[in-house]
Amino acid sequence: MNLPFEIRLEKRTEDVPRWMPALTALGGVIVAFLISAIILKITGGDPLRVGKFFWQATFGSWPTFSDTIVKATPLILVGLACSVAFKMKLWNIGAEGQFYIGAFFASLVVLVPIVPMDSPRWVILGSMIVMGIIGGALWGFIPGYLKAKFNVNEIITTLMLNYVAILWNNFWIFDKWSDAGFQMTPMFDKKAWLPRLADYARQYRAFSGITLHMGVVIGFAAAILVWSIFQRSRWGYEIKLIGDNPDAARYAGLNITRNIVLVMMFSGALAGLAGMSEISGVVHRLQERISPGYGFTGIIVAWLAKLNPFAVIFVSILFGALIVAGREIQPSGLAQLIQGIILFMVISSDVLLRYRIRLIRRKALTA
Amino acid sequence: MTRAAFVPPWFTCSQRKIFMGETPFAVEMQDIVVRFPGVLANDHVNFAVKKGEIHALLGENGAGKSTLMNVLSGLYQPTEGTIKIYGQPVRFNSPKDAIAKGIGMVHQHFMLVPTLTVTENILMGLDKPRLYMNMGRLNQEIRELQEQYGLRVDPEAMIWQLSVGEQQRVEILKTLYRGANILILDEPTAVLAPQEIDELMETMRSLVAEGKSIIFISHKLQEVRTVADRITVLRKGKVTAEGIDIGGLSRRQLAQLMVGRDVVFNVEKSECQPGDVVLQVENLQATNNKGLPALRGVSFTVRSGEILGIAGVSGNGQSELAECITGLRPATGSVRIHGKEMINASPGKIIAANVSHIPEDRTRVGSAPNLSITDNTIMKCYHEDPIGNGITINRSHARAYARRLKDAYDILAPSVHTLARKLSGGNLQKMILAREISSNPELIVAVQPTRGLDVGAIEAIQRLLLEQRQTGAAIVLISEELEELMALSDRIAVIYEGRIMGMVDPKTTDVYTIGQMMTGSRLEDIQTSTEPQNESAV
Repeated sequence: MNLPFEIRLEKRTEDVPRWMPALTALGGVIVAFLISAIILKITGGDPLRVGKFFWQATFGSWPTFSDTIVKATPLILVGLACSVAFKMKLWNIGAEGQFYIGAFFASLVVLVPIVPMDSPRWVILGSMIVMGIIGGALWGFIPGYLKAKFNVNEIITTLMLNYVAILWNNFWIFDKWSDAGFQMTPMFDKKAWLPRLADYARQYRAFSGITLHMGVVIGFAAAILVWSIFQRSRWGYEIKLIGDNPDAARYAGLNITRNIVLVMMFSGALAGLAGMSEISGVVHRLQERISPGYGFTGIIVAWLAKLNPFAVIFVSILFGALIVAGREIQPSGLAQLIQGIILFMVISSDVLLRYRIRLIRRKALTA
Repeated sequence: MTRAAFVPPWFTCSQRKIFMGETPFAVEMQDIVVRFPGVLANDHVNFAVKKGEIHALLGENGAGKSTLMNVLSGLYQPTEGTIKIYGQPVRFNSPKDAIAKGIGMVHQHFMLVPTLTVTENILMGLDKPRLYMNMGRLNQEIRELQEQYGLRVDPEAMIWQLSVGEQQRVEILKTLYRGANILILDEPTAVLAPQEIDELMETMRSLVAEGKSIIFISHKLQEVRTVADRITVLRKGKVTAEGIDIGGLSRRQLAQLMVGRDVVFNVEKSECQPGDVVLQVENLQATNNKGLPALRGVSFTVRSGEILGIAGVSGNGQSELAECITGLRPATGSVRIHGKEMINASPGKIIAANVSHIPEDRTRVGSAPNLSITDNTIMKCYHEDPIGNGITINRSHARAYARRLKDAYDILAPSVHTLARKLSGGNLQKMILAREISSNPELIVAVQPTRGLDVGAIEAIQRLLLEQRQTGAAIVLISEELEELMALSDRIAVIYEGRIMGMVDPKTTDVYTIGQMMTGSRLEDIQTSTEPQNESAV
């Protein structure tokens, strides 16, 4: 190959400006969409029409946008859960299981019932939130404790506990709480539903049919909480220090084992909260497959957001849109294909943060 | 050559060979310029190695040695300059090209797979054998290669079973198997025990006797004088001595060439006024990372206002001693700080007892590379007022604190937001020292605080330690630099294989006595055998 110039990657020695990571990530998403368009064209589709559909099905109108946000809500919480753990280099891939156990614990409030069903709505919802947090935290505690005490690899334990959680859930909905033999519990009392905008359709007609529920507020609140923990709190500082250099953290007198357990519990709690929000805000009962793999998508969300809590919100909305659009676009695998390409592009765009690309005119090589 | 008539006794056989006739150059690097953004790493460097010689490349950290060797091994392309190998001009676009021309690099940190055998490691990355690994034949090949150069390692042993010295031999074998004629050894003795160093030097001599050339990178002037034929010295990217014969140079002259000015081996120090006992160590025993005994009953005391130097060849238990005192390594025995038993207390408790630790490894232990200077300086006080405020951290106080330290200790960095990994070795060490000293510690455990630093930084750090002594801190100074210990310490304990060989006063003891203790002689034995009237023990 004899190009008139040479492309060279030079290692950056200076810090990149603060806006740069966001810009390259956005560039990555745009390139990913362009590549998807080319693939659509090759498979015989019309990229422009698909793009239009995509837009209409996700952001085009208030009801569809609300659908997107509803799908984004559990992703925000699970993405935050993964971000927290990953910040300390704890590879919690058990958000899926923590999600299920969170949902299970929250259901206990209604199904046992833990609080009398004639208590005010805020008491019921409040206890569901608390139980969701407890359930998720418990499911995070187990691998955290094993890691801290016996140095058991958390990747294995969290992964395995996912299956335990899902099967545990199945046992109860197939057997104990089955609604007339179906694999689901009976519908919860309305008091156990997170308020939806559609509930206020009588007062505000614009809200009719809009399924957006309070879970998104919980998600935003959690993002702010996680952000403040990392930016402002002593605990967040400890997590960052341990994550960056555990030897230095030990040398500085930090209690690493305690932090492993605490961070796993916090991570689990956020995932458990996602499970609570999903059954109380969307499904309104405990059933099989309440998560189409949110716990795993959360891992991708956390990485794409580079563990930044606010970026998690944006990435979750994008992925929520892809889930919603996946139902509209044929062939149905396309949305997942786009997801994969986005992940690829955004992660490879990191090269631009570490290297600069230089075009060098080829000179005659006379030395 | 007529000079061959006189061959000094320390000359190696390779040198004799060079003197006996005209030998072509193995490597000629001319006018090499390497420019990094903002830095001129190599500024018109000339460097030539003869066939069959050991050529030492000296220079302080950051002088441009590694850059030059990376150019020679094909990792970097020079901005300007030419390279000739055995008289033939070459251009390396990748390490592969350099290997093809017979250049082999033995890195300071070994690049071996612990769970594979020696032979498998040697074959790693080669295209042959393509399909079937006839291990029997391959092992035999390696054995023959070993015999030729006297590099004894069992080819079927796994890497993790080998000592550091043996692993290094595997690295050398790796380059030889690839047909290397020019070997670059990057600080090969840094990781070795004394007898392993002797063996390595033996190997080096047998390699050059076979006509190979060796480029020997080292900081240790003594070794360079023992084994090398000629030296080239780099300073701040420029050559200050090009290929001069080593025979006529004194140690002082060598040091001067390296740092560019007369090295002051004396530090001004006030009279020692020891106060109360701060640290009392009794019968301390501990194992190293491999589970072998590292400390076999160490006892000493340190008083406030006093510097206790711990001398010894690296790997005789010094690192473990520092870790046991600071709570990082489990031990048995007794460590009392201000009379309070602190053995196996958590590092946090020991820090709370006002103990500072300047760790041996500044990047792996002393700092968090991807956090800012601010986050690194508050590492030990983030929970104290005014930085730690309840459950939150007051970022503006933290930044102000970091800025104060940065100015006071002259840490060169664009701002306190700069990441620790962007700091040079000297500035990183100053940052760690600033953090450790600014808490007004009562006990400082300093391990190799000046290692790898340039003279300016060394002086600054030694001055800071003496200031702390003046203000009443008790200091345990662990160092391999005898000059430093002699200059700074009020007493010196010599450690050998985990035992204290004796405690001496640096003012009344000479380096040779300490040297004997460092190689395993007890102070009592030295005194009784040579000069019984010399009562230098404290």
